[in-house]
Amino acid sequence: MFRSKTSTRLNGLLGVGLTLGTADALAAWTLNLSPGVTPISRAVFDLHTLLMWVCVVIAIGVFGVMFWSIFHHRKSRGAVPAKFTHSTIVEVVWTTIPFLILVGTAIPATKAIILMEETGEAADMTIKVTGYQWKWKYEYLDEDISFFSNLAATSRDVRNGGDPRGVKNYLLEVDNELVVPVNKRIRFLITADDVLHSWWIPAFGMKRDAIPGFMNEMWASIDTPGTYRGQCAELCGKDHGYMPIVVVAKSEVEYRQWVAGKQGAARAEQAAAGKTWNKAELLARGEQVYNTSCAACHQANGAGLPGVFPAITGSAVAIGPQDAHLDIVMNGKKGTAMQAFAAQLSDTDIAAVVSYQRNALGNSVGDSVQPSDVKAKRR
Amino acid sequence: MNTASNHDAHGPKSGIMRWITTTNHKDIGNMYLIVALAMFFVGGAMAMVIRAELFQPGLQLVNPHFFNQMTTLHALIMVFGAVMPAFVGFANWQVPLMIGAPDMALPRLNNWSFWLLPFAAVMLVSTLFMEGGAPAAGWTMYPPLVQQTGDAFPFLIFTVHLLGMSSILGAINIIVTIVNMRAPGMTLLKMPMFVWTWLITAFLLIAVMPVFAGAVTMLLTDQYFGTSFFNTAGGGDPVLFQHLFWFFGHPEVYIMILPSFGVISQVIPTFARKPLFGYASMVYATAAIAFLSFIVWAHHMFTVGMPISGQLYFMYATVLIAVPTGVKVFNWLATMWRGSMTFETPMLFALGVVVMFTFGGFTGVMMGTAPTDVQYHDSYFIVAHFHYTLVSGAVFSVFCGAYYWLPKWTGYMYDEKLGKLHFWLTAISFNVLFFPQHFLGLAGMPRRIPDYALQFADWNMVSSIGGFAFGLAQLIFLWVVIKAVRGGEPASDEVWEGADGLEWTLSSPPPYHSFNEAPKVS
Ligand code: HEC
Ligand SMILES: [Cu+2]
Repeated sequence: MFRSKTSTRLNGLLGVGLTLGTADALAAWTLNLSPGVTPISRAVFDLHTLLMWVCVVIAIGVFGVMFWSIFHHRKSRGAVPAKFTHSTIVEVVWTTIPFLILVGTAIPATKAIILMEETGEAADMTIKVTGYQWKWKYEYLDEDISFFSNLAATSRDVRNGGDPRGVKNYLLEVDNELVVPVNKRIRFLITADDVLHSWWIPAFGMKRDAIPGFMNEMWASIDTPGTYRGQCAELCGKDHGYMPIVVVAKSEVEYRQWVAGKQGAARAEQAAAGKTWNKAELLARGEQVYNTSCAACHQANGAGLPGVFPAITGSAVAIGPQDAHLDIVMNGKKGTAMQAFAAQLSDTDIAAVVSYQRNALGNSVGDSVQPSDVKAKRR
Repeated sequence: MNTASNHDAHGPKSGIMRWITTTNHKDIGNMYLIVALAMFFVGGAMAMVIRAELFQPGLQLVNPHFFNQMTTLHALIMVFGAVMPAFVGFANWQVPLMIGAPDMALPRLNNWSFWLLPFAAVMLVSTLFMEGGAPAAGWTMYPPLVQQTGDAFPFLIFTVHLLGMSSILGAINIIVTIVNMRAPGMTLLKMPMFVWTWLITAFLLIAVMPVFAGAVTMLLTDQYFGTSFFNTAGGGDPVLFQHLFWFFGHPEVYIMILPSFGVISQVIPTFARKPLFGYASMVYATAAIAFLSFIVWAHHMFTVGMPISGQLYFMYATVLIAVPTGVKVFNWLATMWRGSMTFETPMLFALGVVVMFTFGGFTGVMMGTAPTDVQYHDSYFIVAHFHYTLVSGAVFSVFCGAYYWLPKWTGYMYDEKLGKLHFWLTAISFNVLFFPQHFLGLAGMPRRIPDYALQFADWNMVSSIGGFAFGLAQLIFLWVVIKAVRGGEPASDEVWEGADGLEWTLSSPPPYHSFNEAPKVS
């Protein structure tokens, strides 16, 4: 354990010197924004470049004068202090010129804001994005598709102490990607369920806060197929760093295929809720659900985080009556981080995870919960 | 000034009671500076935890919840425990000396405003040991997240109340002192720039601290008394808190930076041996910055979903601040121009401020521009920006002022060699620490995350190495201060060849009651 840690550390140190030349590090020493793949991101990139050069030119001028003075007007070179203390002309000039430069940069900036806010124009499709602690929910309002997008298991498995090197797209991979067509005007409606989040894909040049009770809007029209990654940008609690965003932009045809596949899977899921599950099936599925939806707070081993998130192991609720257990999982607890999972998980998932909590993680109540029990409780 | 002469009869009390009951501006100034220095190291230790965890990808040292506690406390402690008290310490020492007064106008209030501070600081740090840990929702305390704080929640709010009270009382004292106790002949437009900047800062404090206290009290009632100011379910609006917070928070950054400008405006003329260029425009620029600071707050909120008109207004108003700030920088350059410069440690730090704060100003204009801010916002770019303004702006100015005035305060010259070493190590490690964070932000790394994707690994490691070096370099400062307090080459009254002002007419160290007879200013 200790040895492996030191060696990764050493590798890392060497990495500073060596990875410059190797292929997989090409992205690593990135210096600048990417121009992105939407009209907005390009406008923002151009404005960013303009501002940067304006700053560079002013900096060269100002610091040039300063260092020239530092070099020449020093006592050790026999400089004798001049007597002047002000000059109205000079002062008016150096108030006016910066003002004019700012006016010059404000014009393209104003245009870019207007471009960003063109949300009124008819969109080809609308996707509602909801931030949760700590995952995203995507709803395709025109297609009747909706799903949650969690940190991928590959990243989750190493995030507590493992070595992430070698994990592909560490912390930037999800279990369900947001799939969209290219060259369509997509309207995103952004909100949150619990605390503030912020939906940010750098390649789209846009970031919008997700605010509970409010609906924010942004738009994108992606011109290049590809996979675009981002992260939640507003501090949202413990796992703020673990709620990535992955958008896959596909051609219209591939997108339609994906939609058909998603809708088929939803029907299959509904059918599965009708059957009776045996306990082994429930526990296997429950473990999966627990690890994606509950372990962030209650921890993978059920121990919780004292004072913040209660333990499931030995919890009076988890080993008590089924009904109360189902109740807190489905309806959450107002004013705490415990969410109402009735709105997030299917009947099967809830039945599975409750069964799992009752019969694993050190608990052994012995009973199990069926999807039909959950359905009955939904009323 | 009759009462002042009565004080001659007694010097300081002895023992611990001297410090608890003191009403002397120098004693209180010392205590502020000691608390500031101690909190600088506490907050700095937390920054070391942050940089150590971010040294490489993966979680090695702390869990994410503790990481968030560290970022939150680091910011709160550095802002309210280190930078602000340091400048209040400077004000306590220097304002009476610079305006020719025997002491502050309200000495008992002065004692009280100081003593609130250590209790607030201890209370804040003690939250680390409470059930649920310290506050972890960021120093901005945005609801609803802040309402998930454990037992620490009410202590956080009460800490803010205490700090706010302390600041307001201190500010009142400074204003009353400056307005009433100037030596005969010192008209407002003859006051040293440091006094001017503090006068304006004190008004800012009085204006915004109550707003902050009110906002956090609303959080408290939302949490415990069933109100719904910020709770959507009850008809409230979480964004309202952001407006209130930044109505305080934006002037707050000027509360930290205006006294810095004041220090720099004292130091540069001294070491250029030439009077401050454009004194009057400096005063007006300071006032203009203070005024603008009240009407730009929502540039911290360009991503919350504002109407176009709101974004445009806040963008224009924000970038406008570059004009008076530019005037200040140009005035400093013109002060150096055709001067006769030497480069003792205070001057080095002052030049460091001029270069690196200006750099932070450039990124400030980039971020004040709303469309680009949408990319930079909440990324490491902003982390880099505000450390360029608050560390190489405010903290460097604290070092600058400390080196500049230490000989006056202690009566001994500090160790110039060590001072210069401190400057160079600090300046270089600072840039290694924060410059790469611009790249990280532009590459898409969000702020306030304990672990990151692999493409951010290289620059994070560079940044952490800079961070450790920066932390170590500060131990030199501690040593220089201790050394200068304990002895050394005696300082003359004037201390610096080019020094100008009333404080340099007194002995080094000055007598316990500064000016018993008001000096005449012509
Ligand atoms: C965002 C953090 C979070 C997540 C994710 C979460 N919980 Fe909870 N959970 C809590 C908190 C906080 C409480 C304590 C609520 C209270 O104060 O009573 C809690 C309480 C519980 C309890 C009652 C425990 C007790 O002894 O009081 C159960 C059972 C439970 N959660 C099940 C689940 C299940 C099942 C999932 C996943 C589907 C889940 N939780 C996901 C935060 C979370
Ligand atoms: Cu989030």
